[in-house]
Amino acid sequence: MPKQGWYGLAAFALVAVLLPVLHLCTPANSPLHVSDYIITLGGKIMCYAIVAVAMDLIWGYGGILSLGHGLFFALGGYAFGMYLMRAIGHDGVYQSDLPDFMVFLDWKKLPWYWEGTDHIVWSMILIVAVPALLAFVFGFFAFRSRIKGVYFSIITQAMTFACMLLFFRNETGFGGNNGFTDFKRILGYGITTPGMRVTLFILTAVVLMKTLILGRYLVTSKFGRVLAAVRDAESRVMFIGYNPLWYKLFIWVVSAVLCAIAGALYVPQVGIINPSEMSPANSIEIAIWVAVGGRATLIGPVIGAFIVNLAKSWFTVAFPEYWLFFLGLLFILVTLWLPDGVVGLWMKLRARSAARASDKLSAKENTEAKA
Amino acid sequence: MSAMMTTADSGFIPSGSSDGSLGHLVSGDVDLTHNVILYLENISVSFDGFKALNNLSLSIDVGELRCIIGPNGAGKTTMMDVITGKTRPNSGTAFFGQTLDLTRLTEPQIAHAGIGRKFQKPTIFEHHTVFENLELAMKTDKRVWKSLFSTLDDDTRDKIADTLKLIRLDTQANRVAGLLSHGQKQWLEIGMLLMQEPRLLLLDEPVAGMTDDETERTGELFKSLAGKHSLVVVEHDMAFIEQLGGKVTVLHEGSVLAEGDLATVQSDERVIEVYLGR
Repeated sequence: MPKQGWYGLAAFALVAVLLPVLHLCTPANSPLHVSDYIITLGGKIMCYAIVAVAMDLIWGYGGILSLGHGLFFALGGYAFGMYLMRAIGHDGVYQSDLPDFMVFLDWKKLPWYWEGTDHIVWSMILIVAVPALLAFVFGFFAFRSRIKGVYFSIITQAMTFACMLLFFRNETGFGGNNGFTDFKRILGYGITTPGMRVTLFILTAVVLMKTLILGRYLVTSKFGRVLAAVRDAESRVMFIGYNPLWYKLFIWVVSAVLCAIAGALYVPQVGIINPSEMSPANSIEIAIWVAVGGRATLIGPVIGAFIVNLAKSWFTVAFPEYWLFFLGLLFILVTLWLPDGVVGLWMKLRARSAARASDKLSAKENTEAKA
Repeated sequence: MSAMMTTADSGFIPSGSSDGSLGHLVSGDVDLTHNVILYLENISVSFDGFKALNNLSLSIDVGELRCIIGPNGAGKTTMMDVITGKTRPNSGTAFFGQTLDLTRLTEPQIAHAGIGRKFQKPTIFEHHTVFENLELAMKTDKRVWKSLFSTLDDDTRDKIADTLKLIRLDTQANRVAGLLSHGQKQWLEIGMLLMQEPRLLLLDEPVAGMTDDETERTGELFKSLAGKHSLVVVEHDMAFIEQLGGKVTVLHEGSVLAEGDLATVQSDERVIEVYLGR
């Protein structure tokens, strides 16, 4: 990794520690105090940033645009949500062994797929295994049939839409359109306590940094070079003896699992998961974060996720009805004028100023030589 | 033999055994007992009723340098597609050596078996450096797992350096391949083929767009490769074919019209008719 990369990570780690410390150790009326709102918002956006990096691995480096990544995010969220629902115990409205929504539906016992979800370890296994399995099966057939480009994007979009409809049904056993909410605790610790909030925040920051390091390893390995080659000239890759199927499938599954982990971190921080996370618009928004930040760079998606979501949290308060128009406009502007995103713009400006500096230098040398 | 054919798609996780793992599956020696590396027999391919290949039969000897000519639409590129697994023939057989049935292998499997292909339009990885292009092409285990943990050893560097010298791009090693001139791209693609250490090279119009000097150097390179490798060159440039000096096959409407040395073929009545029209 280049030096700047490590510096960047170190600076990020510093902020990720400083904010929680200020949150816990300063009184609420102090000017240095960091509010609940900032901590929750920061944690939430870091989850989005993990998703954006995962999206960039498959889109920016693999050239495969998925418009269904919201599904993997939601599946991770639901998998951990099942544990959170079970951890409510008897403290629900109906004071039953079953989650409230099941009592409401007059169910007498847990469906089989809820078995074991009261153990956090099993729920962690589910967070990884379910999206990985779905991504593997879906990806295997799609890539084996050599489905590419816009066709692949449309199929992924249809997949997340179909799952949304499935999860909307009460009979599916995931709380229908209300989803899961009213969580009480994780491993016995209250979920709304400042300690828990800060723990989740730091955990998310650590996962984000690990995701970036993993991403860096993948894209600089020979695997990453083959992947980019598949993106640029797939037939040449085949004729020199690589089977693109397995390369695409590997990065596709890795990307899905990263999304799911982000989803699992997201749910306890926002306190709710429902099928709207699987809506087509959510998945499209993920692609916009990456496009705004800059594809095929690792820092780009993180920056994009922060820019768009900070704008969103301000916009949806100030002008709630115009947010989607603004998002659409942003996408058009970025596509037209910033094909390489914010990071691309920055690099272009830097290259230009470097060129100007060297011009000045040579001009100076020329005058000196004349003198 | 049957094991070789049935393991079609696998290789995600290294299985330990050589069966079912892409990298090893057809790397066993090609059976060259009859001194023939490639047999095509009665191959027919039709697209929506148009017969691109029509009962084409052709065989290439081990170490031979064969030129293939023919007017546009004669089926030259389709023939290469059949040999490399891109197009499946409607009928006929294609064998690599005595035993490998090319009509039942996938493109990567055929590449591993030892057939390298250069496209008509230079196809290289434009965003990778020249060095990386050669690195990716190099003959090695090409499964995902290996590429995740692969490192460059000195042996590999030497091999790449040798090839760079051979294709005269040693000063351009760290340049992004998309910035090369057309002729240099052609050479890079040839270099990538050589890195694969193929037994049979298929070269589709390798000197198109090259300067005379570059063309001549390419001809010399090919002649030096013949013997160790077998080469099939599709070309329109008669001077280049004359320089290569091997046997010439004329294709017309999807089958072989004439075969022999260049002078014989050029004096053949039917060939003149096809090329000049009546």
